[in-house]
Amino acid sequence: MRPSPARLLNILVPVKRCVDYAMKIRVNPQQTGVDTNVKHSMNPFDEIAVEEAVRIRERLGDKVKSIKAVTIGPSKSAETLRTALAIGADAAIHVEIPDSAPSPEPLGVAKAIRAVIERQKEQGGVDLVIMGKQAIDDDAGQTGQILAGLMDWSQATFASKIVVDAEKKEANVTREIDGGLEELKCRLPLVVTTDLRLNEPRYATLPSIMKAKKKPIEKLTPADLGVDLTPRIETIKVTEPPKRVGGTKVANVDELVAKLKEAGVVPT
Amino acid sequence: MFARKTLSGCVARISRKALPRSYLAPSVRHVSQYNQSVAGLSPEQVEFRDAVVQFAETEVAPRAEEIDRTNTFPIDLWPKLGAMGLLGVTISPDYGGLGLGYFNHTLAMEELSRASGSVALSYGAHSNLCVNQIHRHGTPAQKEKYLPDLVSGKKIGSLAMSEPESGSDVISMKLRAQKVDGGYVLNGNKFWITNGPVASTLVVYAKTEPEKGSKGITTFIIEKGWKGFSTHQKLDKFGMRGSDTCELVFEDCFVPEENVLGQVNKGAGVLMSGLDLERLVLSGGPLGLMQAAFDYAVEYVHDRKQFGKPIGTFQLMQAKIADMYTKLNASRAYVYAVARACDEGKVSRRDCAGAILYSTEKAVEVASEAMQCLGGNGYINEFPVGRILRDSRLYTVGAGTQEIRRMLIGREFNEQFLS
Repeated sequence: MRPSPARLLNILVPVKRCVDYAMKIRVNPQQTGVDTNVKHSMNPFDEIAVEEAVRIRERLGDKVKSIKAVTIGPSKSAETLRTALAIGADAAIHVEIPDSAPSPEPLGVAKAIRAVIERQKEQGGVDLVIMGKQAIDDDAGQTGQILAGLMDWSQATFASKIVVDAEKKEANVTREIDGGLEELKCRLPLVVTTDLRLNEPRYATLPSIMKAKKKPIEKLTPADLGVDLTPRIETIKVTEPPKRVGGTKVANVDELVAKLKEAGVVPT
Repeated sequence: MFARKTLSGCVARISRKALPRSYLAPSVRHVSQYNQSVAGLSPEQVEFRDAVVQFAETEVAPRAEEIDRTNTFPIDLWPKLGAMGLLGVTISPDYGGLGLGYFNHTLAMEELSRASGSVALSYGAHSNLCVNQIHRHGTPAQKEKYLPDLVSGKKIGSLAMSEPESGSDVISMKLRAQKVDGGYVLNGNKFWITNGPVASTLVVYAKTEPEKGSKGITTFIIEKGWKGFSTHQKLDKFGMRGSDTCELVFEDCFVPEENVLGQVNKGAGVLMSGLDLERLVLSGGPLGLMQAAFDYAVEYVHDRKQFGKPIGTFQLMQAKIADMYTKLNASRAYVYAVARACDEGKVSRRDCAGAILYSTEKAVEVASEAMQCLGGNGYINEFPVGRILRDSRLYTVGAGTQEIRRMLIGREFNEQFLS
């Protein structure tokens, strides 16, 4: 029995190109940011998002109509899209900004993704957005939540497990919260942000990388989407954290309390 | 992977198996000092290399120490190498390969070697010595029969030319292939055969007409399990432990006619031209070992403090860093240049030999120097540099000795000037 078109899922995975997690970070001489002349790769939380989308398709089969990756970034961000295509996305969208443009902010990114989703209406719309909970360069952790707010969609952040029911257009998401794990039943369309323990991403195999070269990447500009990505926040200064100074060993709790009082950390 | 001394003087080791991808353990870095700009890779080659690096760091590097310590061939890696596409880099997509060139194959060899010297050696023997030779010289029927399983990693390949009495003088080989009805009967031995104990498909050189010397050698494809073909137990080696090596024994082993690879009595050409490409691709081995040794040593000398300062700031140590780095990059530049020429169809015997001659010599020097950088710790097997040094020494005798490589290059120039 073929599923009727209304029950096919379209998944959108926003991804971001960041400084590679293994790189040593150095503040630039002007103290306006970090040195970006180093190796970049896909934000690790976004890798988890792409992997989850591919696993959902492996579980649901034909019920997943498409997995599209999208990025908002300079020309080099296309590499990140190719990685997503190699892992299993069908097509990609590159919202290209000039190389000299400042890094987009979460609100701008969310607006751009909203515009991309509106454009997908002719192709069946988007039912599920899976994205990293935060990017490892700015650690903002806002874009997913802002997007859900703008779209008036359900949101389930810090997901450590996602079970999608395509028939019921629902998803059960387990979230990692301070107290432990929380399980939410969400109605689609839904924004999910991924946490570390959701899955362990596969590495792209060479045959899939070569096949990915034939998959389409649609190029758009912010103007095409009617989105203004001008930053609203000005970064005044970026510095390294102060060097840690050595501590001392104390003999017992009384001495510890005395030293804390001395340092003015606890009231006397 | 660092082994750190705890307060009581015991050595605590972080088990890599317990950790998911390394961004959960930020103190463990995988930053290599590989100089991408100087390497001159195209964007596609960067993409290719990055993919192989990720595979090697995930599947191979965490096991390197154990493979060496237990001297065990990691047979479960082969289907993974196959799925990754690594076993058929130069093989046509018709047989499941990637249809890429020798440069890519050398890059793959380099990165696997950086993760584990012994895995890379077995990989090279399988993918270049065996698979590439069948691809270059096989009939459509032979390629159809043997390549798919070799490229997918279902079967392991090997190549046998050397004998107990015929190493450098490989043409003097005595394995006899006697013509009989329907095929040949093989009698004799082969020695130092990489992957011998585990291979299902073997490319074997034998003398069909001993009196004709180099003009009497024929190449055969042998299958494991054939009557009269057996292997003696694996050799206990100084390095490259985990890349199983053994003696092959042929006792009235019948080989059917259709398993002749190339033409009868034309095996020397197959052997020699194969050696050129083998030397090129295997040159990636020493490069990877050098990079691994350098990466480890340069991080160590900045962590290790003596006299209140990181030892890497002392001039004699700075000299070591400089010498290791320049030798490594100079070797790489030569190997890559020769690889590019080969991909353009210009396979030069003297340069393929030169590439492996030079990179091997430098690899042994760099590994030795890296071990010195670690001081007393370099002498302890918990640290990887000893293994890297042991592995590097293989290349001085494998795929031809340094002496033969020097002789070859000199002889090429003799012929050029005196003919």
